Amino acid sequence: METEPFAGDPSGPVRPDHRIIFEMIDPGSKVLDLGCGNGDLGSLLVERKNVRFQGIELDEDAIYRCVGKGLSVFQGDIESGLAEYPGGSFDFVIMNQTLQEVRKIDFAIREGLRVGRRLVIGFPNFACLPCRVMLFFRGKAPVTASLPHRWFDTPNVRFLSIGDMRDFCAAGGIRVLGARYLDGGKEIRRWPNLRAQNAVFVLAAEEKNTR
Amino acid sequence: MGTSEARGILTDGRGEGVVETQRFTFGSAAGGGMRLENGEALAPVTLAYETYGTLNRERSNAVLVCHALSGDAHAAGIHRGLDNPGWWDDMIGPGKAFDTDRYFVICSNVVGGCKGSTGPSSTNPATGRPYALDFPVIAVADMVEAQRRLVDHLGIDRLLAVAGGSMGGMQVLQWVASFPGRVRSAIPIATALRHSPQQIAFNEVVRQSIMADPEWRQGNYYEYGQPAKGLAVARMIGHITFMSDRSMEEKFSRKRKNGGFRKFDPDFEVEGYLRYRGDAFVKRFDANSYLYITKAMDRFDLSGGRLFERTIPLDTRFLVISFESDWLYPSSQSRELVRELKRGAADATYCEIRSTYGHDAFLVEIEEQTHLVRHFLERTFNGNGTFRR
Repeated sequence: METEPFAGDPSGPVRPDHRIIFEMIDPGSKVLDLGCGNGDLGSLLVERKNVRFQGIELDEDAIYRCVGKGLSVFQGDIESGLAEYPGGSFDFVIMNQTLQEVRKIDFAIREGLRVGRRLVIGFPNFACLPCRVMLFFRGKAPVTASLPHRWFDTPNVRFLSIGDMRDFCAAGGIRVLGARYLDGGKEIRRWPNLRAQNAVFVLAAEEKNTR
Repeated sequence: MGTSEARGILTDGRGEGVVETQRFTFGSAAGGGMRLENGEALAPVTLAYETYGTLNRERSNAVLVCHALSGDAHAAGIHRGLDNPGWWDDMIGPGKAFDTDRYFVICSNVVGGCKGSTGPSSTNPATGRPYALDFPVIAVADMVEAQRRLVDHLGIDRLLAVAGGSMGGMQVLQWVASFPGRVRSAIPIATALRHSPQQIAFNEVVRQSIMADPEWRQGNYYEYGQPAKGLAVARMIGHITFMSDRSMEEKFSRKRKNGGFRKFDPDFEVEGYLRYRGDAFVKRFDANSYLYITKAMDRFDLSGGRLFERTIPLDTRFLVISFESDWLYPSSQSRELVRELKRGAADATYCEIRSTYGHDAFLVEIEEQTHLVRHFLERTFNGNGTFRR
């Protein structure tokens, strides 16, 4: 299963990664978006896919914008955001462009997989060609479209590649249900770890053998 | 709302215009009164209340607003011939957060209070004299039960929202716990699932200062006048806890008062302010009511899953608000509430508003609260099918 069935094309300018995630979410499902920002993806999902949406966001001004769009959102950080939710509270948990800012990666992903039936993770690919070029030929910490910060002002604390994520999932027994790749606004399929600046993975917990 | 914009009087504190306090009485010695949480009976029970806006045909636009410790039914507008805007006038009125062009807003004085509702200063039908300490112990749940009777009386089955700050927020939570099916949304502001030892401690000092005044006379002061000294000190303590270090600095600094150089006259403006607030309070609030109500707050406890004992998952939407500088009801208490809501998988919004006003913020931080409340209510009212499937 590469993607969920396509169910409607959102009109207007939509961020490419939002478009991909939008296509991955089942209509009418329950969605938790960790680090939901201004709620652009959330309102898209609510309006076009009739999802039951809950956001978590740290920034107060972003919360005002979410509420202005009619979204429900908790002020809080990602690492403590999931703890109280009973297992399986949501059909989808989204961590888009937030995982790289989290220190306890393993914990965050395990929590996401516990609380959500599916975990959607979007992250910048540190092994994309522009990164490799900057590092190899110029000997500098990469600054690219998907990693726009300099080494001293980046909020990122984790630098991972698509290959790293696949290894991580394989080692942890996490099922990769789908993965899609973006080079800027363009979706690509071949040589993603070299060519993609961003990736979106759909993960699920290992299927239990015992009942 | 074109009509409210056209009025152009939204922010002058007179949006709602002249309003009148009404009364609703139920029960008598023959029955029909209240069975209180502690098992005792109370009858008759009168509630003073005000309403703003118009109840729609479907009776689906009613918002109950709950007041804090020393509040009353007068939440918005002014009384005829007086210059006394209600305690939440900035939030209730045409075009305001609780838009009375769209919603029907109700506010009643709590049972146990002294602003028209039955309380310790009311006449005890058994003796023909004020109840004083013969008044039964009341709980926040009793305040809410009395409001439920009022809401029934007004013919409203389901409230669009129940909202309030501080003790008003406790009533909001109690509504969810007691009558979950009748609350479409809840807006608890600057409140807690239960008081911390620190909050109980402040209330105990408040009560002791009243009871230490010989004029209190074991509660039987009604023929003689209020225990003015004790009640004033009690209120001064309150006002210290309502403000923040920063807001005191901004309001008073170490500014001096003019005149008066006897030893312990107030030198500093903050002293004068507290004395003024204390004295003003004696004129408007019954000392015994203060004792009863602070006890009700201290005993209130909906922690440990009691909030949604009667319904899982929660059907009510929540908007939880706290304020950064509020140390009396700190954000950590609102976050504890949020954790309970997550356990119940409730549809909820939580925002900690930046503010320097301390606990008073829920009465004065209007812009941010208005934004949050207006959009939240609109979403709840219009539904859109997104949160109920």
